[in-house]
Amino acid sequence: MARQVSTRRKLAFTALAWIVALILFFPILWTILTSFKTEQEAIASPPMIIPSWTIENYIEVQIRSDYFRHFFNSVWISVGSTLIALLIAIPSAWAMAFTPTPRTKDVLMWMLSTKMMPAVGVLVPMYLIFRDTGALDTVWGLTIVLTLINLPIVIWMLYTYFREIPVDILEAARMDGAILWKELVYVLVPMAVPGIASTLLLNVILAWNEAFWTINLTASKAAPLTAFISSFSSPQGLFWAKLSAASTLAIAPILVLGWLSQKQLVRGLTFGAVK
Amino acid sequence: MGSITLEHVHKSFGGHPVIPDASLQIEDGEFVVFVGPSGCGKSTLLRLIAGLEDTTSGIIRLDGEDVTDQGPASRGLAMVFQSYALYPHMTVRQNIGFPLKMANTDKATAERKVADAARVLNLTDYLDRKPRELSGGQRQRVAIGRAIVRQPKAFLFDEPLSNLDAALRVNMRIEITELHQQLKTTMVYVTHDQVEAMTMADKIVVLNAGRIEQVGSPMELYRNPANKFVAGFIGSPRMNFLEGPAADKYRAATIGVRPEHMRISRESGEWAGRVGVAEHLGSDTFFHIHVDGAGMQTVRTEGEKDFAPGDPVWLSPDPSHIYRFDQSGLALR
Amino acid sequence: MATRESRTLARIMMAPSVIVLLIWMIVPLVLTLWFSFQNYNLLNPITSFAGLLNYQFFVTDPAFLQSIGNTLLLVGGVLLITVVGGILLALLLDQPIFGQGIVRILVISPFFIMPPVAALIWKNMLMHPGYGIFARIAETFGFQPVDWFAQFPLFSIILIVAWQWLPFATLILLTALQSLSEEQKEAAEMDGANALRRFIYIVLPHLARAITVVILIQTIFLLGIFAEVLVTTNGGPGYNSTNLAFLVYRTALLSFDVGGASAGGVIAVILANIVAIFLMRAVGRNLDA
Ligand SMILES: Nc1ncnc2c1ncn2[C@@H]1O[C@H](COP(=O)(O)OP(=O)(O)O)[C@@H](O)[C@H]1O
Ligand SMILES: [Mg+2]
Repeated sequence: MARQVSTRRKLAFTALAWIVALILFFPILWTILTSFKTEQEAIASPPMIIPSWTIENYIEVQIRSDYFRHFFNSVWISVGSTLIALLIAIPSAWAMAFTPTPRTKDVLMWMLSTKMMPAVGVLVPMYLIFRDTGALDTVWGLTIVLTLINLPIVIWMLYTYFREIPVDILEAARMDGAILWKELVYVLVPMAVPGIASTLLLNVILAWNEAFWTINLTASKAAPLTAFISSFSSPQGLFWAKLSAASTLAIAPILVLGWLSQKQLVRGLTFGAVK
Repeated sequence: MGSITLEHVHKSFGGHPVIPDASLQIEDGEFVVFVGPSGCGKSTLLRLIAGLEDTTSGIIRLDGEDVTDQGPASRGLAMVFQSYALYPHMTVRQNIGFPLKMANTDKATAERKVADAARVLNLTDYLDRKPRELSGGQRQRVAIGRAIVRQPKAFLFDEPLSNLDAALRVNMRIEITELHQQLKTTMVYVTHDQVEAMTMADKIVVLNAGRIEQVGSPMELYRNPANKFVAGFIGSPRMNFLEGPAADKYRAATIGVRPEHMRISRESGEWAGRVGVAEHLGSDTFFHIHVDGAGMQTVRTEGEKDFAPGDPVWLSPDPSHIYRFDQSGLALR
Repeated sequence: MATRESRTLARIMMAPSVIVLLIWMIVPLVLTLWFSFQNYNLLNPITSFAGLLNYQFFVTDPAFLQSIGNTLLLVGGVLLITVVGGILLALLLDQPIFGQGIVRILVISPFFIMPPVAALIWKNMLMHPGYGIFARIAETFGFQPVDWFAQFPLFSIILIVAWQWLPFATLILLTALQSLSEEQKEAAEMDGANALRRFIYIVLPHLARAITVVILIQTIFLLGIFAEVLVTTNGGPGYNSTNLAFLVYRTALLSFDVGGASAGGVIAVILANIVAIFLMRAVGRNLDA
């Protein structure tokens, strides 16, 4: 393992890796830089790299489009749907991980299969149901839909984490006189905290970036950041600095969360199939 | 009080019978060891008593009361697991105090009991550590501490020493035996190691393929094994079995002679053979002898003997210690 | 752990999730099926039974075949770029380099960008024929700037989506690569295998499972690509960048043709199921590993 690598070789790979990484990151970097330029600087030729660090654009975005309303819609929808999903998923994953039956695997597979149903397949009835129940353009309506579409992933992730907890320990709790809810609250949940936390993180990210239902089932009142930013797609004139500011605002919170949870991402999204 | 009664207990996993029909009486205060080869159903039987598995049929009684349909939490038994099953997120103090917390014991009493248990088990200095900061032997003691604070009707141990190294295993064996002498609470102890069974038990239950082969005190089993399986399982090194003409002479299908009851001589004896491997333990020496027409036999001699591999030797059994078995392996008396 | 009581309890604990997902799966799907056999337009209050007419219209619409083709091109193109690029990038990141942590963070970042933002950034900042960076670079070298979304609409979308998914593929392949034991590589080296042979005979087979997982999971998401199309080309020019998801959306919420859109939805479900069957097999096989 600890083989000596020549410094020259390491430097060469370092340079190559950094170049590739910066190219991939460039669109994001450029957007962030542009958001601090004036509109003139944003379209200057040749392109201006260092901005004049104005925060004019951010103020403008907030005043004109009420960024914070959309931001909070995004927060409510993504966090709310994830918490509800966890509430439903924890007992379910507990049951499947610790009291498996010959059918458990089929049930899990079936749950995952609901995730594969293409959204367009049910767009029409969902739209009509939402329209007729007054759920259209409401935060709670979207929260329900996002809970449902992410529930299978939440269950799966928790299931893979729970299976790593030795069943002995839960049995010990039972021998120690713990009834069911005490077993869950005092033993399972504290032991599963890291797993539950990364499940939460990854699902907040997925819900935050969900851009089909959030766009199609909202108009303005409940529009989260995905819908907010989509409204910039038909520009009235050139206003790239403002667009960049709005984009930066939309992605910044989740980018940070994403960096924190990148390790769990692999495990979560591959359902434990790649470790 | 803590007597345990099994009446015709049957357990199958998905139609596959693991315990066909077990009946057993364990008296209050007894130290009972379930012993048998691995996979024979010892853990299953223990877990049935614990309530972690339910019986397919049959009745389990604690102090005469039918508890067959009660969950593990309400049976008032304590269990020590092979893996120790300590709660990794709790300190030693919290681990030991957990059963008291579950029983809603008031804080002052609970603290006192945890402190008492820690003192008995030499854990006082480690109360604020997490399990991962403890050695194997200390973890084992925490698991025992967690079991004793609640003053259970009986203790259940499932191979508690098998994760410890040899020296520690001997120490813990003595500690658990002492604990039993102190507390006088019923203990049911599962192991595949017949040495543990012999040294610790008041009563040994020998299991084979889910069946109870024999129940008795260690010396009863050693002296009067009911069948070939028990005879072969109890005692170390293993009993020698001889068939054919050697057995015919004693009017049995098979005869058994323990290595310590086998005499070895250069001059004369009942069976001729050649010395194979010699194992020198210092106090004893085990010789493995290729006996003509009867295969490998083991002899145990005291001290050092200077037989070299290949030497021709004679073996003869101590006539007062020959075990005779019939065609089906049952002991003939 | 398995007593009658705990099994009963387990069933009760599972019930909410099962019931909720059952409803979520069945109700909208049955409604979609029902609508797909109806003449039902939101602009026209009268509905009637349509038989297979909706399917006939949807399938014979020239846009349908084009959208199926576009969907397959989109999925296939993105998969090709991300798998090949992902393997190369994973091999690079597996080397000892300075600042590995930061490089990883930079590389993974595009995955966390919400689709509409990704599309807007590329459309305006990079690919804009007048002011985009690409145009500026072309001008510097004396070329005519390309009007990406007019000339290569589908390819442009493939590029954007591949940028978003390359980090995912890289991360998974890198994880798999790191689980390859050093000893195995060294053994191959002792056996005299050069770097290329080591890659073909040792590394690639080891990555096979991770590659399958990448392909299958990305396919689920790529079949439903929507926001990128909506934000950049709106499916145009003509139907040149309309995929199946966008076609259904267009039929439903722009033409208000509930029946037709439902028929398209049913077709999308069937298409996805064909893919799903393969995915379930692969993931299912790995479930106990
Ligand atoms: N939950 C279970 N499901 C199916 N078979 C089991 C289960 N638990 C134990 N068994 C089977 O029962 C037999 C006895 O197991 P066990 O009691 O653990 O043996 P021991 O503790 O004596 O080694 C083994 O053959 C084992 O495979
Ligand atoms: Mg066992």
